[in-house]
Amino acid sequence: MKRFRGFVVKEFLHIFRDYRTLLILFGMPVIQLILFGFVITNEIKDARFAVLDLSKDETTRQITEKLTSSGYFRLDRNLNTYNEIEEAFREGEIQLVVVYEPDFARRLERDHVANVQLIGDASDPNTANILVNYASGILTNYLLSMNAEVIPMKIVPETRMMYNQELKGVFMFVPGLMAMLLMLISALMTSLSITREKELGTMELLLASPLRPMQIVVGKVFPYVFLAFINACIIILLGWAVFGVPVRGSVGLLLFESFLFISMALSLGILISCVTNSQQLAMMISLVALMLPTILLSGFIFPVENMPMVLQWLCHIMPPMYFITAIKSIMLKGNGLFFIWKETLILIGFTLFFILMSVKKFKIRLS
Amino acid sequence: MRTIFYIIQKEFIQVFRNKRMLPIIFVLPIIQLLILVNAATFEMKQINMAVVDLDLSGSSRQLTSKFQGSPFYRIISAPFSYDVAMELMQRGDVDVIMQIPYGFEKDLIKEKRTQVQLIVNAINGASAGLINAYSTNIILDFNREVLIEWLNPAEMGGIRRIVTETSYWYNPRLNYTTYMVPGILVLLVTIIALLLSGMNIVREKEIGTIEQINVTPIRKIEFIAGKLIPFWIIALFELAFGLVIGKLFFNIPIEGSLWVIFLSAGVYLFVILGFGLLISTMTNTQQQSMLVSFFFMVVFILMSGLFTAIESMPVWAQRVDLLNPIAYFIKIMRMVMLKGSSFADISNLFYALVLYAVSIISLAIWRYRKVA
Repeated sequence: MKRFRGFVVKEFLHIFRDYRTLLILFGMPVIQLILFGFVITNEIKDARFAVLDLSKDETTRQITEKLTSSGYFRLDRNLNTYNEIEEAFREGEIQLVVVYEPDFARRLERDHVANVQLIGDASDPNTANILVNYASGILTNYLLSMNAEVIPMKIVPETRMMYNQELKGVFMFVPGLMAMLLMLISALMTSLSITREKELGTMELLLASPLRPMQIVVGKVFPYVFLAFINACIIILLGWAVFGVPVRGSVGLLLFESFLFISMALSLGILISCVTNSQQLAMMISLVALMLPTILLSGFIFPVENMPMVLQWLCHIMPPMYFITAIKSIMLKGNGLFFIWKETLILIGFTLFFILMSVKKFKIRLS
Repeated sequence: MRTIFYIIQKEFIQVFRNKRMLPIIFVLPIIQLLILVNAATFEMKQINMAVVDLDLSGSSRQLTSKFQGSPFYRIISAPFSYDVAMELMQRGDVDVIMQIPYGFEKDLIKEKRTQVQLIVNAINGASAGLINAYSTNIILDFNREVLIEWLNPAEMGGIRRIVTETSYWYNPRLNYTTYMVPGILVLLVTIIALLLSGMNIVREKEIGTIEQINVTPIRKIEFIAGKLIPFWIIALFELAFGLVIGKLFFNIPIEGSLWVIFLSAGVYLFVILGFGLLISTMTNTQQQSMLVSFFFMVVFILMSGLFTAIESMPVWAQRVDLLNPIAYFIKIMRMVMLKGSSFADISNLFYALVLYAVSIISLAIWRYRKVA
């Protein structure tokens, strides 16, 4: 036990001596959270649009004015002919063109119907779709106010946004960011720190020491459990203090799930280091095979339900998805263990599986 | 000149000798391209709904069947109390609850005004916005049908309408894949280039072989060039490979000319490789170098406009983004591949990249010291 303690102390010293790594490890969650909170939004603001007004009357001027004052759009320029649309799009700044037909106001008064064309630059289909929807929403509202006296029967939809009234993007990102950083610190850092000993040749020394292999591995990962846990707490605290992301459920349960996920990631990191010999390789495997799926196949940014079936199955064999679902449920919905026992069990299962695999693959001798 | 050639040869031998590294460099990106391009979609496929109908009238049933008829909605439950529906949402089974209050039809006829409540699960703000917009549209549509059914044409005549015709250029079916492929290609090339170069010199430092190179008569600039060029070739090859895959499997359009794509890619890769080398010269272990690269990469990627529009970021962030090489290149790739922009259209972005490449490589050469 005393030997083991000595080993763990050595590992801590290794980590604390490397102040650059420490700085990044603790600076990263802060900077990324701020990025997610302030910079990365799906909200549309000040999208540039152009107007091709073939009518140039009071009504079209009013509609354009309504579009501009909504905050979603900014009028970039007025076009004169259809041919200018193509050019405007190709330069790359304009995302929407609004075309009013000739005699717009007169037709609206006389025939009670007038045509407007919305052309979106769908080389970015997502934004184009949202912009066109917003613009037609603004048109509908304008019409409603015009028709206010004439419409005799109205059904008014009343919407309540549950769990996240202001539709803040950061609510989605805090759980995802936790998954990403815990995965990074736990899986990536441990796999690197073990392969490093192999690469430098010091693993031989360790194996020849009276420490048992099990103790070496546990001693190696122990400091990272500690670091990962502190990082998880920093993210939760910052999210709460700066962006108002609540923890509606029990904090204990939240920490327990984080701990479970950390153990899972660590055992995965150990497994990776068992099958690789160079840091470069370990890093490539961790990064390419773990990080991108954690970011994209976990419901972090893109909802799992929207993916094709095959990919949904793939998501279901990725541990981060379960973790993200579980902590979202605890933090945002305030659910207890009763609602997330399935996710918890699956995470435990993954952990055991990875540990068993690494025990099988672990070699005491170097080739 | 011959020295550079030997260094290049050495680097190539080292890369190709590593049997496990090769598949990672070439195969994994392709698999990822296939998977991730399909995963990265905001498009709503199905909205799960619970309807709490407290009115149980003809109108309320019509409204419900209106939702049933929409291909987006699946009504998975129709409980008689709000609490039951809420528990379904709590468990994550439904995305939206529609509650039709008691007296819905009566109010519509008598008061000429009635209400419907929509309760949306808003954890994902973007989806919630879309669900709300879709649902509101269906309700307004229903409203219009009711008017047509119950009013005589004379009363209808007073209502003015604006007919909106929408068209989506360059991608009429709003196929998200088309949009993502250029971006993900950029991403994969970047990851490979940055990590390979970022860990390269530092690896020699860690293992100690850098000292052997330091005592040779090789000059700084030759050494750096010899380190850069192999990865530059590998990354360009990978881009070509990715383009072919994109063409074969996703049938993505390549509207613009290939030489504009590769010319910008060549310059862009020098920026990324220079960045990697700079990191490499400033760190001491591979772990450090990896962390630093990862940190910058995540920041650059998130701010690159790949997933979210740059225009919707705050102004200070857009200024910071002027220093983000990935943002430039993604913009170039999208413009050239999807819209067929010519070199003249992208020349500003291109020269910015050239400037970037020159400065960062000079910085890397200046930082590299031939002493241990």
